[in-house]
Amino acid sequence: MKLFKQVLLAAVFMTSHLAMAGEVSVAVASNFYKPLLQLAEEFEQATGHKVAVSAGSTGALYAQIKNGAPFEVFLAADQARPEALEKEDKAIAGSRFTYAQGQLAYWSMQKGLEAEEDFKKSLAEVEHVAIANPKNAPYGAAAMDVMNELGVYQQAAEKLVEGNNIGQTYQYVSSKTVEAGFVALSQIYVDGRVAEGSAWLVPSSLHRVLNQDAILLTDTNDVARAFLDFLQSAPAKETIRSFGYKI
Amino acid sequence: MFDTYFTVIWLTIKLATVVTLVLLCVATPLAWWLSQTQSRFKPVVSAVFAVPLVLPPTVMGFYLLLLLGPNGPVGRLSEMIGLGTLPFSFTGIAIACAVHSFPFVVQPLQNSFEAIGKRPLEVAATLGASSFDCFRNVIVPLARPGFITAIVMGFCHAIGEFGVVLMIGGNIPGKTRVLSVEIYNHVEAMEYAQAHWLAGGMVVFSFIALLIIYLVNQKAANRSIA
Repeated sequence: MKLFKQVLLAAVFMTSHLAMAGEVSVAVASNFYKPLLQLAEEFEQATGHKVAVSAGSTGALYAQIKNGAPFEVFLAADQARPEALEKEDKAIAGSRFTYAQGQLAYWSMQKGLEAEEDFKKSLAEVEHVAIANPKNAPYGAAAMDVMNELGVYQQAAEKLVEGNNIGQTYQYVSSKTVEAGFVALSQIYVDGRVAEGSAWLVPSSLHRVLNQDAILLTDTNDVARAFLDFLQSAPAKETIRSFGYKI
Repeated sequence: MFDTYFTVIWLTIKLATVVTLVLLCVATPLAWWLSQTQSRFKPVVSAVFAVPLVLPPTVMGFYLLLLLGPNGPVGRLSEMIGLGTLPFSFTGIAIACAVHSFPFVVQPLQNSFEAIGKRPLEVAATLGASSFDCFRNVIVPLARPGFITAIVMGFCHAIGEFGVVLMIGGNIPGKTRVLSVEIYNHVEAMEYAQAHWLAGGMVVFSFIALLIIYLVNQKAANRSIA
């Protein structure tokens, strides 16, 4: 299967990009850093082109791009920042698309979380619940949506512990400092399942969409375009899904 | 794997060395002036150069980015004189790092210059030493613990620099990706084993470096008592 995937990839990309091996520099939101490393490897195997990856927070990368950072592709953790770059003429108009959709998970290191009732029961029992800062982290804002939608926010308000970002929130729960928290499925997903503890995968109807957009920053590099085409190909989407994203 | 580590470690050491050398050249005259001056502007100057101690590194990185970027005053100047844009280059992170490490080099130097007092200089001047002679043969030897502390502190601070370098450098492999940023990358990718190795290496390194400062200072203290 893996071989088939590689051959297919090679066939698609070798024919369209017979040019010399090039390089593309990609700025990526930290939450997508790990999947991108895997995608970069697959892209390199298929085309021979190298991918130079620079990770940072979406906000910091946005500020850097506005101030002339030499990135060619931007994979953000939200839609707002690529949209803003497009409006400000710092990116190629019309090249923006959603490359991944985040899946929110209510996660604990304990067993037994699976459905909505488990979440409500857990919420009543735990001392603290970790969420990412709702002001600047999309997953934090989505977690607030869920609690408001289910009418449990009042009950939870006093228990909330805010991580500065989704990575810190993950660390609170994984270190068992906090009993449970709202994290991204991609953080706890290994080989197609929740690796440790248990989680309720929150239905996306309960919160705002967690779309992550990609955008092309310069049109002088064909490899950059090829990489964005690759991101939208079926094999790439399969890889993205295997990391706990929807697309 | 080892290739990347080598690149990252080499880049980090290069950065720390360049920053330390530049800071010694810039901070020594300033520290000397601060230690000797009676000017009423001294508190203002001292305060200005201590600001990097207070500002969160990412905040400082952000303002340096605006300042050095293509639309900032320093960025315009550097483009005009043909240096190109400074952020996202080695020169850029070296400048940012030097600004952020400045107080760590100035303060030990200033303290040790102040500790020398006026007397040795007056004696040297009476004996007909020129100011350069005086600096090389009187001040530098007497302020040696201060220089060693300044060098080690400047070097270590540059090695451990994170927020400023991430903001100004942009985490670009081989160009601006230093050790602290590589640890951040590993943590973001949840590769905790690699992160632990690099972080552990940094702990050992910094312990040795700081041990050197304290050993040297203790020796100097013992000598002055004897």
